[in-house]
Amino acid sequence: MTQLALVIDLNVCVGCSACVTSCKEWNTSGAAGPLCDTNPYDAEPTGTFFNRVQTFEVGEYPKTETVHFPKSCLHCEDPPCVPVCPTGASYKRKEDGIVLVDYDKCIGCKYCTWACPYGAREIDEQQKVMKKCTLCVDRIYSTTLPERDRRPSCVLACPTSARLFGDVHDPDSVVSRAIRESGGYALMPEWGTQPANHYLPRRKSTITIREDQLVRADNPLKVDGKLPKPSRQEPTLDDVTSW
Amino acid sequence: MKPAFSVIFLTTLIGAGQGLFLALYTGQLYSFFDLLPAQDSRSFYAAGSILALAFLCTGLIASFFHLGHPERAWRTATQWRTSWLSREVIVLPAFMGMVFLYGTAHWFDWRTPLFELPGSRAVDATIILGALGTLLCFALFVSTAMIYACLRFLQEWHTPLTVINYILLGGSSGFVLAGAFSAVDAPQMSGFYAGWAIIITLLAFITRTASLIRNARIKPKSSMRTAIGIKHPRIVQKAQGAMGGSFNTREFFHGKSLAFMRALKPAFLVMVFFVPLALLAAAMTAPSVLLVAFIMQYIGLLAERWFFFAQANHPQNLYYQGI
Repeated sequence: MTQLALVIDLNVCVGCSACVTSCKEWNTSGAAGPLCDTNPYDAEPTGTFFNRVQTFEVGEYPKTETVHFPKSCLHCEDPPCVPVCPTGASYKRKEDGIVLVDYDKCIGCKYCTWACPYGAREIDEQQKVMKKCTLCVDRIYSTTLPERDRRPSCVLACPTSARLFGDVHDPDSVVSRAIRESGGYALMPEWGTQPANHYLPRRKSTITIREDQLVRADNPLKVDGKLPKPSRQEPTLDDVTSW
Repeated sequence: MKPAFSVIFLTTLIGAGQGLFLALYTGQLYSFFDLLPAQDSRSFYAAGSILALAFLCTGLIASFFHLGHPERAWRTATQWRTSWLSREVIVLPAFMGMVFLYGTAHWFDWRTPLFELPGSRAVDATIILGALGTLLCFALFVSTAMIYACLRFLQEWHTPLTVINYILLGGSSGFVLAGAFSAVDAPQMSGFYAGWAIIITLLAFITRTASLIRNARIKPKSSMRTAIGIKHPRIVQKAQGAMGGSFNTREFFHGKSLAFMRALKPAFLVMVFFVPLALLAAAMTAPSVLLVAFIMQYIGLLAERWFFFAQANHPQNLYYQGI
């Protein structure tokens, strides 16, 4: 069974919000209608977004680091928002595991947002229906877009490739490999929602260099250039090879 | 959570309506077993049913103000297999229909005995309709409360005490209302209802206090560390991903100060329990104060319900530390 998901690399994310704007651009222009805003060009702008980038400061000065944290629907494998929906507007697709809202069935009771521990859903204040990340379902199955563009908008926009997209149930997919090899983790595992989206942790990029790797052992005088050819009788470096 | 007034009115109004129906039927059962004098079908039971229906209807109307698309409300009856909200939407009209039938049967005095119980007690249509109504009434209490109690992330609500409190607070409110109603309609019944109201109000006080104590000691399961998965004790939010706030910063915060919450708790305890209990005791001699008791307790229940919603701390708030 397929479970499409995003893997977000917190080690690489620079918090530029390109994913936020490209998500908004694509999803506000689609057949499902706009993601409505209030006061978009005024004081106190607010509106509906599928994806937001938050920033956290970890640790105490001077030992701090800034973590940019893109946050969207995690497309849980056991989504708590789906069974509580009284109309069946919220559903999880069997074929690819995407959690979607049928805007024509939603009554805007907001009960699903109470049932989502991640705060991934936002009501559209003008259309009065619940909205959330669709994993760009109208993009990834598009037959008109070129093959390379059939990925979520946010993934295509990310300048540092911090966002990976694929099937987390396929052990050979790029996302499964990233989760396996880079310590991918799920958010709030204590609730048993089994989020499909994973995050890759911050990690230090270090290489270990020993002293003897900096200095050539066979060049004690640190003289660059071709060494004089030793005679056959002289001991060699490894006692085997002959010069 | 941000308390929605539509839901506060829905739950308190239908609670009073349900309690009133239970009180009427309790009174009828007492007279069925010859423990109390029988009351007039039309002026007591039918009129009481109309009053209960009025509360239920007002609650139902209030609930529509919670919906973004009330015209699609019929769809909410489809997911009864999984959703407590859907179950409530089915049970509420069913219960209202049964109260209507119960009232109608009393109004037209359909008292023809259908069969007899041992001791030559004739069971008529009103007894059977009342029993069915009682079942639906408790199903409605459970459905309403389970909407909140089933959400495991909201630890303040995820307890059997939520269900018990909804039943007992609705029952208390309804029995006080029945007392106020009978003070006007059938004064010899008001002492009976006031007595039961005292018992239910005391029980409700115990369970509501128990839930307040429980909620004061809750350890949140989620923390900043599990929310973003970074294992460090000190994580400070610097940006929330929105300039003028978002749905997430509006829906999940009550927007009142800690001092207000601290003051509201004793205030609603006084209004819901102590004032009505004192008035109920006084009502043993002067039944006319029961109406005052009901109104005071209802205002207290509005505060209680507001507090119930506001107290629930949603784990998504971890992502909105700036509020």
